[in-house]
Amino acid sequence: MPRFRLPTPSRPAALQSKAKRPAGANGPSGPVETAAEGGIHVVDWLDERTSLSGGLRWMMFRKVPKGTNWFYTLGSATMFAFLSQAVTGIFLAMYYDPSPTRAYESVRYIVNDAFLGEFVRGMHRWGSSVMVILICLHMARTFFFGAYKYPRELNWVIGVALLILTFAMSFTGYLLPFDQRSYWATIVGVNINGTGPLVGPYLSDFLRAGPEFGATTLSRFYAIHMMLVPGLIAALMGAHLYLVAKLGTTAPPWMRAEREKSLIEDEV
Amino acid sequence: MSDKHKKSSPYTADRGIPGAFEGETVTRRRFMNVTAQGLGGVAVAAFALPALGFALGPVFERTKMQWQDIGPLSDFNEDEYIPKVFTIVNGIGTAGETTAYVRLRNPEIDTEPEDEYNRVIAISTRCNHLGCPVRFTPAAGRFLCPCHGGVYDFRGLRAGGPPVRPLDRFYTRIEDSRVLVGARYSVNSELKRFSPRDPGQPVDGIGQYLYPARFSTPEK
Repeated sequence: MPRFRLPTPSRPAALQSKAKRPAGANGPSGPVETAAEGGIHVVDWLDERTSLSGGLRWMMFRKVPKGTNWFYTLGSATMFAFLSQAVTGIFLAMYYDPSPTRAYESVRYIVNDAFLGEFVRGMHRWGSSVMVILICLHMARTFFFGAYKYPRELNWVIGVALLILTFAMSFTGYLLPFDQRSYWATIVGVNINGTGPLVGPYLSDFLRAGPEFGATTLSRFYAIHMMLVPGLIAALMGAHLYLVAKLGTTAPPWMRAEREKSLIEDEV
Repeated sequence: MSDKHKKSSPYTADRGIPGAFEGETVTRRRFMNVTAQGLGGVAVAAFALPALGFALGPVFERTKMQWQDIGPLSDFNEDEYIPKVFTIVNGIGTAGETTAYVRLRNPEIDTEPEDEYNRVIAISTRCNHLGCPVRFTPAAGRFLCPCHGGVYDFRGLRAGGPPVRPLDRFYTRIEDSRVLVGARYSVNSELKRFSPRDPGQPVDGIGQYLYPARFSTPEK
């Protein structure tokens, strides 16, 4: 046998495939390719100056365990509910007036007169319930799948803080329409808070900004509702997501690790 | 123990740090570090502390007692309650108004000691379970709360349901045969006066210490 083979002759030009080839030294060959090149240029320019692509790959292209299912989307669903609340809330703030004498009128204006106002307020009002339901389902999923165990305990703790902050959002947001229902619900809520021994009386004075429901109670609730708590939620959500990417997700409890055959002793 | 925590000499000269002075314990690097961090802390405190004080301020603010005229003495009698609406918080419209049930002191049933502030009795409509508005129902001779079923008798003492103390009252005064109403005060089950507490806070027994008077208590 010869130790070498002659090179096979190339096919005749007529039979060679007409696959598109990347642009050579002559530059892009058409408008589509020019646009693609432009896009690549922009991304390259950004990446060269920020090194973002590594972080994005780290965040987006993670390994997930076998058995990952739809229940694992509840956390992202909660996050999107929060984003929806944030966006609709910002636009509601353009019309809302947190003064005790004008708050109800401004909400009435949003619902009855402003273009798409009823829709945006409806999104915010019903979306709040959706967010609470989703965050509870997400918590239940984490609990029943045992996903809170080592090394994810800290993420559970952050999640509980996020749950409490979400309830704080519900409580402070409930007052803002300033109708009879929200007024009395807030009175009752603040008084429940006041039943905590020793600190309760001072805490409810802090919430109301005084001994009675006063001139600045509504604006105080409004500031907590649209600045303080959303800021904390966004920050903690970032930490929550970082830990998810860092630690990875768990397999569902019904998945068993495959054991190496040679390591299993024969049962007697 | 790992080597990470092993003790080294406090003197920089002993640790072989270049340019160390005799008896020096803090390196220049460490000094710069602490100074920069400390200045950063001062800068944060400069805006964070005033902001915190701004938010907490109302807790420590004393409210002023204001007397309001709620009508001539002839409007009221000893046997039935007359509802009167007056303002307890200024500048927020109807949200700052409250209703009190007002009658004259009746020595036959009002056994608490008489003084200049209770010749007219003004009972607050704020339920002492969680703060819903109670209504006096003449047919029953009792105050009823619509939220969770709190019941108070004719004098405002708890007769049933979840409230933790009798209905609050307002200081009243008679001036030129006009009735003036002042600040709210709370009472225990013997109608002894306490500075105003929020609903849900008992003042009997240990309750008065678990739920101390607030800084916002109005001055007379």
